[in-house]
Amino acid sequence: MVTKTRATAAEALEGLLFDGMTIMAGGFGLCGIPENLIAAIRASGVKDLTVVSNNCGVDDFGLGILLAGGQIRKMISSYVGENKLFEQLYLSGDLELEFNPQGTLAERIRAGGAGIPAFYTKTGVGTLVAEGKEVREFDGELYVMERGLTADLSIVKAWKGDAEGNLVYRKTARNFNPMMATAGKVTVAEVEELVDVGRLDPDHIHTPGIYVDRILQGVHAKRIERVTTRPRETEGAAAGEEV
Amino acid sequence: MPWTRDEMAARAAKELKDGYYVNLGIGIPTLVANYIPPDVRVTLQSENGMLGMGPFPYEGEADPDLINAGKQTITELSSSCYFSSADSFAMIRGGHIDLSILGAMQVAGNGDLANWMVPGKMVKGMGGAMDLVAGVKRVVVVMEHVEKSGAPKLVNACSLPLTGKGVVDLVITDLGVFDVGRGKHPLRLIELATGVTVEEVKAKTEAPFEAALAA
Repeated sequence: MVTKTRATAAEALEGLLFDGMTIMAGGFGLCGIPENLIAAIRASGVKDLTVVSNNCGVDDFGLGILLAGGQIRKMISSYVGENKLFEQLYLSGDLELEFNPQGTLAERIRAGGAGIPAFYTKTGVGTLVAEGKEVREFDGELYVMERGLTADLSIVKAWKGDAEGNLVYRKTARNFNPMMATAGKVTVAEVEELVDVGRLDPDHIHTPGIYVDRILQGVHAKRIERVTTRPRETEGAAAGEEV
Repeated sequence: MPWTRDEMAARAAKELKDGYYVNLGIGIPTLVANYIPPDVRVTLQSENGMLGMGPFPYEGEADPDLINAGKQTITELSSSCYFSSADSFAMIRGGHIDLSILGAMQVAGNGDLANWMVPGKMVKGMGGAMDLVAGVKRVVVVMEHVEKSGAPKLVNACSLPLTGKGVVDLVITDLGVFDVGRGKHPLRLIELATGVTVEEVKAKTEAPFEAALAA
């Protein structure tokens, strides 16, 4: 009997990693990143990776640790501003970089997973992003052709999952994870809580288990990039009094 | 006196209409949320996958799974909903968002916008800016009128790489408000900050404009 469940991130990646491969990693900033699987990739030493992810973590957490390990050859991202090491590696020519507009990146992955090799979008028409790409007019407006995107491996993070691979995400930690789960030749999911089959409401499942090949329950530090808070109102202010 | 950052945000808030779905960029645009008129209900979209953004959390209540597009911790409202990045940009690209308020490095008289890249400097990426300006129904730029060097930011043609071509509808600076026209009419100065003169604006603006101030 095939089982998708694995005990550890290292076990979940067994036999899947090879030098030069393309990996998609879910998350927006440090929110909803598969931190256990990233750590296991770091420990594996696999290199020359092309990594597709909206961002590249921070210097010592998230995908930043793969940069520190010299394991990434190319990043496909929309924004990488949070990472000093990234800047050093890029400026010294040790790292290739392909910027995609965030919505184009999301749609390329969605399309890739849905068997759509290319699509047209008005995002980026007349900018550097459209250079070298087909531009076509539909109904009087210009659109640029973008390619669907797939990967050798997708690593995603969800809140809850079951042994069937069904996944439920929590709040804004969903972000790129659902599309990436569909676009990997192999998809490995890590969850905060692996629940018994039948415990997830079938109507509330975000990623159907067909997309997930292996699943593990991880331990999540869930670091926050920018804790931003507001002061508590005094009792007077809460009652609408001018202060 | 030129407008302060908060006065610019308050002016931008006048562009909000009851029932609007709105995306606010990072910087001064974020401040616009503080000036939403009480009789206007708007729903704030965060492009990382949320409609109905609430205020920052109280100290000790930050949730790592709940952030805005600037990666700051936020809260949800009873009316909030969450979705994937693909759904988020379907809303944006598909023209379902009424208004986008964002910052800029340069805006040209024809509505071209540059706000993501300075060649020769480290490029951080465009994030969602190109999708927003391509898809949102109305695009409002809030920016300082000139650079720190004094160079104009409202220019004849953007020298910086574009975020979008002919996409800006309205520009709010610390000196006044410009209606871009986008081919329908030339760039128009429609409001001045208190005590600022048309001559001062002309001296600090490269793009030609006509003054069309309300009496």
